[in-house]
Amino acid sequence: MTINELQDEIIDEFSVLEDWMDKYGMLIDLGNTLEPFPEEYRIPQNLIEGCQSRVWLHAEMQQGNVVFAGDSDAILVKGIVSLLIKVLSGHTPDEILNTELYFIDRIGLKEHLSPTRSNGLLAMVKQMKMYALAFQATQQ
Amino acid sequence: MNVEDLRKDFPILQEKVYGQPLVYFDNAATTQKPQCVLDKIMAGYTKYNANIHRGVHYLSQLATEAHESARQVVADFIGAPDRTNIVFTKGTTEAINLIAFSFGEQFVGEGDEVLITAMEHHSNIVPWQMLCGRKKAVLRVAPVLENGELDMEAFRQMLSERTKIVSAAHVSNVLGTVNPVKEIVRAAHAKKIPVLIDGAQSVPHMPVDVQDIDADFYVFSGHKIYGSTGVGVLYGKKEWLEAIPPYQGGGEMIANVTFERTTYNELPYKFEAGTPDYIGSTALAEALRYVGQIGMNEIAAHEQSLIRYATARLKEIDGMRIIGEAGQKSGVISFLVGKIHPYDLGMLLDKMGIAVRTGHHCAQPLIDYYGIPGTVRMSFGLYNTEKEIDMFMQAMKRVVPMLN
Repeated sequence: MTINELQDEIIDEFSVLEDWMDKYGMLIDLGNTLEPFPEEYRIPQNLIEGCQSRVWLHAEMQQGNVVFAGDSDAILVKGIVSLLIKVLSGHTPDEILNTELYFIDRIGLKEHLSPTRSNGLLAMVKQMKMYALAFQATQQ
Repeated sequence: MNVEDLRKDFPILQEKVYGQPLVYFDNAATTQKPQCVLDKIMAGYTKYNANIHRGVHYLSQLATEAHESARQVVADFIGAPDRTNIVFTKGTTEAINLIAFSFGEQFVGEGDEVLITAMEHHSNIVPWQMLCGRKKAVLRVAPVLENGELDMEAFRQMLSERTKIVSAAHVSNVLGTVNPVKEIVRAAHAKKIPVLIDGAQSVPHMPVDVQDIDADFYVFSGHKIYGSTGVGVLYGKKEWLEAIPPYQGGGEMIANVTFERTTYNELPYKFEAGTPDYIGSTALAEALRYVGQIGMNEIAAHEQSLIRYATARLKEIDGMRIIGEAGQKSGVISFLVGKIHPYDLGMLLDKMGIAVRTGHHCAQPLIDYYGIPGTVRMSFGLYNTEKEIDMFMQAMKRVVPMLN
């Protein structure tokens, strides 16, 4: 699936959830079922320190695609980390760089990406694109 | 004191968030404003706005009188001997920066020591760190005991012949610990060391008498005691304020300026460079009159009963861990539940209309000491009620199982 198809799929899944409790329940489930972050990646270079919570992000190239692994100490943040990985991981650097992430806004969780929340998520999105850019440069 | 009646004085308390009544438990960060304070700000701009101290005209006289009588109100409120002991600043942070700079310039040199405590807010750490960096002095930190009380024995031992100043919070913004400030001052004075007390979390919650405490400097913020933002207070003993140089240069703080030499104005103007927030100062005076009419003893008793009630109710929750269990607490309760991250709890409580603070509360070293990711902090003001604590508990009982 393309990145946008994945985004649309998430929007569909969330559209059936009626109130914020269901939405947050879903995020918590997503956080709890995110693939465990390999301990060898839990190093200072992979840490994105927010004021409120911490996010870990690891990226590597596998057969021309960027593969991400991530984690957070806050479960709601981890849920969104899980969504970002689901959408962006396994795609080429070009695809990642040319994507506009619209799903967070559309599923009503934009507030988590606000700079004032200072939970590390905004920096994570930026970092994911930076990795794509770096991998793109090494390919050329 | 009838809290339900007092609540009507605060327009914002009638607001709803996400369609639900607002429960505001973030008073340690800032407080809401009563109508009389809002009216005062409006009156300032609609009736007597003119720059103070320099105009001969009618409005300027009115504004100057308002600002100077506000200074007297502040002096009376904290038991200062005279209005000239009161310097208006932007807030607690600026007041501490002022002393760290001006006192530091005059009295701190290479190898000297500044003593603070492990429960300080960043604003009572960083200015001293900067001073120590400039002067090659040493910042020393008196430790906190596991229950959140200051380790007084260690504190006493750390007062050395190199200690030039002590700076300590009256009340911890994370733990709620009320420090034995009189004891701190007495111990320091026995070695002729002056003391700054950070009153940001004490002045709004209890009667404070700076002369009884015998603090050399005492600082607090207006917006945490129902006044407007942007105004704070530095109280200083006259001999100290006279002994230290100005902090910033500019208009107002001078007596005479030539290109060769400037002489400085008398106290407190020497420390008030530029146009002060004279609207904010009059609003602060109004806020102090407002709480004064209710009575600081009454407010303290009411908030103490809220803390007791909330602490007892919090303990109904499995896995509850209260961070800071000092014998004497004021204003705030910090806690964690099991392994739940404070951010998650704060986000879900917010959705239910409950405003709490989460994170490290600008006291990272203290949070690191406890080895925790932060805390959830509820902090009370005069308008909070047991009913609101019940609403908070209802919300907790809904969201905690979601996160466990």
